[in-house]
Amino acid sequence: MRSRAEILGLAALGLGGLALLFGLPHVVEIFALVDITVFVILSTLALSLALVWGFGGILCFGQSAFFGLGGYAYAIAVLNMGESTVPVLLGILLPMLFAALLGYFMFWGRVSDVYLAVITLTVSLIFFHLVNSTSGPEYRIGSAPLGGANGIPGVPQINVPGDPGRQLGFDEMFQLAMAVLLLTYFGLRWLLASHFGRVVVSIRENELRAELLGYDARRYKLAVFVIGAGIAGVAGVLFANWGSFIGPNVFSIFFTAQIIIWIMVGGLGTLGGAVIGTVIIQFLTTWLGETKIADTNLVLGVIFVLFVLLVPNGLQPMLRDLFGGWAARRAVARTGKGAP
Amino acid sequence: MDFAAIVLIQVLYAIASLALISVGLAIIFGMMKVINFAHGEFLMLGGYAVILPVQAGVNLWIAMLIIAPLAVGLFGMIVERVIIRPLYGRVIETVLATWGLSLFLIGAASEIFGYFQEGTSPPLGSIAIGAYREGVYTFFVIFIAAAVMAGVYLFLKRTRFGLVALGTMQNPDMAAALGVDTGKVYALTFGLGAALTGLAGAVLAPISGVVPIIGITYIAKAFITVICGGAMALSGTAAASVLFGTVNQVVTFLSTPIIGEVALLVAAIILLRLLPAGITGRFFRSGL
Amino acid sequence: MSAPLLATSGLVKRFGGVAAVDGVDFVLADGELRCLIGPNGAGKSTFFKMLTGQLAPTAGRITFRGDDITGRARHQVSRLGIGIKTQVPSVFDGLTVRENIRLAARRRHAANEAARAVDETLELVGLAAHADRPVGHLAHGQRQWVELGIVLATAPKLLLLDEPTAGMTRDEVARTASLIQSIRGRCAMIVVEHDMQFVRMIAETVTVFHQGRVLVEDSMAHVLRDQRVRDVYLGKQATARHA
Repeated sequence: MRSRAEILGLAALGLGGLALLFGLPHVVEIFALVDITVFVILSTLALSLALVWGFGGILCFGQSAFFGLGGYAYAIAVLNMGESTVPVLLGILLPMLFAALLGYFMFWGRVSDVYLAVITLTVSLIFFHLVNSTSGPEYRIGSAPLGGANGIPGVPQINVPGDPGRQLGFDEMFQLAMAVLLLTYFGLRWLLASHFGRVVVSIRENELRAELLGYDARRYKLAVFVIGAGIAGVAGVLFANWGSFIGPNVFSIFFTAQIIIWIMVGGLGTLGGAVIGTVIIQFLTTWLGETKIADTNLVLGVIFVLFVLLVPNGLQPMLRDLFGGWAARRAVARTGKGAP
Repeated sequence: MDFAAIVLIQVLYAIASLALISVGLAIIFGMMKVINFAHGEFLMLGGYAVILPVQAGVNLWIAMLIIAPLAVGLFGMIVERVIIRPLYGRVIETVLATWGLSLFLIGAASEIFGYFQEGTSPPLGSIAIGAYREGVYTFFVIFIAAAVMAGVYLFLKRTRFGLVALGTMQNPDMAAALGVDTGKVYALTFGLGAALTGLAGAVLAPISGVVPIIGITYIAKAFITVICGGAMALSGTAAASVLFGTVNQVVTFLSTPIIGEVALLVAAIILLRLLPAGITGRFFRSGL
Repeated sequence: MSAPLLATSGLVKRFGGVAAVDGVDFVLADGELRCLIGPNGAGKSTFFKMLTGQLAPTAGRITFRGDDITGRARHQVSRLGIGIKTQVPSVFDGLTVRENIRLAARRRHAANEAARAVDETLELVGLAAHADRPVGHLAHGQRQWVELGIVLATAPKLLLLDEPTAGMTRDEVARTASLIQSIRGRCAMIVVEHDMQFVRMIAETVTVFHQGRVLVEDSMAHVLRDQRVRDVYLGKQATARHA
């Protein structure tokens, strides 16, 4: 049951999002728009981990693996096919398929908590190692060289389906990314309010009790894991488009740490917080990279530690308490606890 | 025949280096149930703690065996007080906070030492084994690893501090009631783990060189070895090191180093699937 | 005589060398209310855990409504109609009372009917006034009733209650007793309790566990007069004595 305040809040968000989608390209110049586009894409990636970890209680330290798989799948497929529609689908489906296999392996084995974190981190690192070692010209899939540490440059942009000549421009790239973000955000809000979503949250709260009520926790966790992988995959596809490039750094331990920092800063257990955290951290990272005031890792590290010690619930709950009211019924939990 | 000897030596070296980089993390994990994600950077600091004094003229062995462990051990005690102690008992938060510390240390090292590789070549020269040559330093590393494992075991089992530490970990309230300063025990245990890690970083520095991000190459392997080893710090680490070191080296011989790395990681995943609590069984047991 | 609702034969659970449950033959009829008592460590909770699929028996069989359910997974057992209120309250602290019960009700009712079932359950356990408060904010006794409500909302055929009045005040205990009386007949129940006054309020047949086995099974009056039961509670060896 949604309160009036909640409905108004959602409507405001929706209208604001649409306003940005249609209006921003006219207001902001190209270079800024390109910067903003990547923030939007990474926010979508953050939402995927917000779902899996914040709501599903699944400690996935390797969300970057699905992001990277999506990007690489798209790049390789589009270089081979010359048309982007199927590659986009592959970029979404391949991570989901992989997540289904990995998830089955982990959840049916009742692997959880720290051990699950180790496995998922390890998977991302395996990809990092494998892709990094594909430097020679003999490493190619069809007409797409894997490029090893140098990655795959010159990735063709998404085109209007059926018309390979008509590729997306910068404005349209932003609008597509924004549309995906909005769809993901509202889609997840809907999903989490549905019965499926409530069961998922209850499993995070108390897996034993959920199963004693007859819910098979393994299936729900698998579903959440796969959905999260699909969202990360979409973000990966968009990312490969954004820079016309994809490289093995998307699988690195640094990048996977960043995703976690976004969530920690924004607020674990919230959706809006994921976006807030991403924008703040990425803005900071970009700014640090340009001004070279201090090493990026140094600053990020300090922020990370301070947030864990002092603001463990992240920014979104703080802001929410300040402005009071909307979305008041979202249960903000810190980390998923397994069965008691 | 001599090729077999070389292979064996390389396998032993792989096991030894894995054990060395993991034992400090295992002490902290097994005894304090703390997962220190800045572990790789403690290794990195150990590396700088040997190379910089050597460049300033200090004797290599003194830098490696005394300065490095002491420096990193003391640093570890500070970290314990500031970051670990406030979060004690909260496993996930500890992982996240130490991950932040890791980033901070990498950034700080990059700022202070620059991004370039520092190095010194392995001392002690080489000896002939049949038709091949093997560095004497390789044997030194194997020896140090064995000595460290044995030393830690004896220290924890046979000394008063070891007994007190074990008791405090199992039942801090009881220990406090008996007059033990539990804060000091935690600090010293973490410091011990850090010192061992510093030593490992220093010992391996002549072979791999040191860059600010060298910890990254170690953290995954150390983390995996410790988790797969299970709750018993020493025996678990030893067992996991033997398993993974062998897999890594054998597969490397049969193909490439990268595939060898991947094989180690895959073996870890399979092991965790089969033994979800690691080789030495249930979580939070008290043995060594 | 109709087939029993629940029957175990030779049920055993060993942990390492220790047998927590050491050969239990237990029969419960449809709609029956049984109290299960015994000193700590007698194996009562372990017995419940095997019935609900939380633990797999080392040996023996469990039959429920004619089906062999030995070793089935806990979510499967729940769907077959066995509900349990655990020894340590197991609820969803971060969700409201209403959401807790709704999750349970949805197992039996479709979305639009569930609301009615939730309201009925809230009335039954007397928590309608607190329906929209997070369960984690409630007092201990109230949390026990939430859990009772959750389990009742799944309309089980067999309800296991593991120390439902633990930590409750005198008034709360009395209220729980009348609650249980009011749902008698809806489902069969096995109630584990240490509070003898509470047991007296609700009991018909009482089963006494001791060291993983059934010691005595009789009416409340007979059990309380049985010398073996007294010995067990006072710590003496339960040897066969002549009266």
